[in-house]
Amino acid sequence: MSTNNQQWGSRIGLILAMAGNAVGLGNFLRFPVQAVQNGGGAFIIPYLVCFLLMGIPLLLIEWSMGRFGGRFGNHCTPYILDTMAKGRLWKYFGVFGIFTNIAVAAYYCYIESWTMSYVFHSIGGTFTGKSQAEVAGFFNDYVDIGVSTTGIPYEAVIFYIVCLTLNTWILSRGLAGVEKVAKIGMPLLILFAVGLAIKGLTLGTSGATLEHPTASAIDGLNFLWTPQFDSLTNPKVWLAAAGQIFFTLSVGMGTIHCYAAYMRSKQDIALNGVAAGFMNEFVEVVLGASIVIPIAAGYLGIAWVQENAGFGMAFQTMPYLFQQWGPTLSVIAGVFWFGLLFFAGITSSLAMGTPWMGFMRDEFMWSQKKGAISFGIIVLILGMPTVLFYNYGVFDEYDYWAGTVSLVVFALLETILFSWIFGINKGWKEINLGADIKLPSILKYIIKWVTPTMLLFVFIGSVITPKGNDWAGAFSKLGSGEGWALDNSSLIKQLGNAGIKEEIATIQNPATIPALQQEADAIKTAMDAEADVKEKAKYQVKLEKKLGSIKTMSDPAHLNILNKKLTYIPFARFMLLGLFLGIAALVYVAYTIRVKQGRNTP
Amino acid sequence: MNPLALTIMLLAQITIACFTIYFFFKVLRSPGKEEGDFPPGP
Repeated sequence: MSTNNQQWGSRIGLILAMAGNAVGLGNFLRFPVQAVQNGGGAFIIPYLVCFLLMGIPLLLIEWSMGRFGGRFGNHCTPYILDTMAKGRLWKYFGVFGIFTNIAVAAYYCYIESWTMSYVFHSIGGTFTGKSQAEVAGFFNDYVDIGVSTTGIPYEAVIFYIVCLTLNTWILSRGLAGVEKVAKIGMPLLILFAVGLAIKGLTLGTSGATLEHPTASAIDGLNFLWTPQFDSLTNPKVWLAAAGQIFFTLSVGMGTIHCYAAYMRSKQDIALNGVAAGFMNEFVEVVLGASIVIPIAAGYLGIAWVQENAGFGMAFQTMPYLFQQWGPTLSVIAGVFWFGLLFFAGITSSLAMGTPWMGFMRDEFMWSQKKGAISFGIIVLILGMPTVLFYNYGVFDEYDYWAGTVSLVVFALLETILFSWIFGINKGWKEINLGADIKLPSILKYIIKWVTPTMLLFVFIGSVITPKGNDWAGAFSKLGSGEGWALDNSSLIKQLGNAGIKEEIATIQNPATIPALQQEADAIKTAMDAEADVKEKAKYQVKLEKKLGSIKTMSDPAHLNILNKKLTYIPFARFMLLGLFLGIAALVYVAYTIRVKQGRNTP
Repeated sequence: MNPLALTIMLLAQITIACFTIYFFFKVLRSPGKEEGDFPPGP
């Protein structure tokens, strides 16, 4: 039997660790951007519907699967799944629950190291006096290994290794270490976020300058929360809401199973799971929505936000905005912002280490220290290409296959297993065992029918995303016999690197630059003719963006990067495939050992 | 701020905040499942 006898020190520690696993950078950066791009205030309706019909059920499924597996000494998805179903295949589906964590940790620790580095840069005053373009340029130089931003050679590599070492050290202390970090990190994260959210909500028009005379945080909040009710009939909005719920809760990764496997056999999972889920929603909807968008709109204007809202704002824009608060407050705000992102990151990356450690301890009797160090080494080997070749698409490739596709596939498989193979009646009984709240019995039917259907839609939606994400248009074209044009972001097109090839062809087309220049001229003419200040600001942002893309497209270095991407992307896929097959081989070896020892699962 | 946007923002945020606080208090008030009931970690 397994010698893995760790348990959580306290119930609050468990919930904070679970919530910390779910709360990540996406709560502060992905959610507001998704809301802005998908119906503003109306986005909250599909978002909450998906939380109730997909998020909560998946949380309950994963918590109960984990606790069930833990009862048989299994602390990792391959043998948790194997315990729940007959047939030899399920344990190999469970490989996703280790693979995803290691692959995501490889690039996630890199983002985490940026936040760590930016805390030091905020304290050291690196951004003081820098223009917006210079702050954005600092980030580009930081991730370019050949350039030193501070005189320290290979700074990004050093911070990455420091960050990974810190994770490994905490993991080597077992669940007690993880729990301690969650107990310190989560309250600090909320404290930092509340401080910044108050500033975001009270900024008003005080950030307007001569350069951005129409800047207003209120415009940002209006933009985020004003509902476009017609967007509710658009499948794109529902898929975006389902995707957001899915990624924000960290379901489909295998970490929840692992954490829950260390619970006592009759300890409540219903209330714990729902409480941890709502804590994540609080951080996302209440705090996450009140920071980036209003602060950016408060200093740069709503037109800028509309054109530039995205993940890059965290590192390329926020340090510049904090400079507007004066020398002392800018340091405090920098520490708060990057500190909260760091805590959001580390509580998630620690969770990613536990499935591997649990597996190696269960199957090969590895100590915590050995498990943690081996996790650190694997992540270092896998993650170094994301650091060294960040600009060549390795990072994005890991994120797409491990951080997006794998999650959906695994969640779909585990939901089918739980509801249809293990059986919903047994599953429902397992969920309610030791429950401190009475769950409505309709959830049983939702878990069986609605959740897998929604997951199937999310999966199919990512495989055959129509051009421009225009589902209504795509269906009408299909009906009229014009076929189904795929978007470059669809899984099928991604496989063939269609987006990159298309961009290369566009750059090599001699008509591209003159056409873009013509568009820029047209925008400038419209801008000059516009009398309204707010509309003029919109044209200004559009013009800047257009001129930026002309500059990029004319740069031979950009074409060189695109061509290199076509080489490095297959390399990244090879690394990921190697990892998956390696873990599958270990699962097989563990199986043969179990057979020899006569402790094979049913 | 536009009244409709403000209403939706407050409605969504207050609802989620209330549920979070409610579930958290429920966890804290559940009998026999506090610190002492758990064995210490290794």
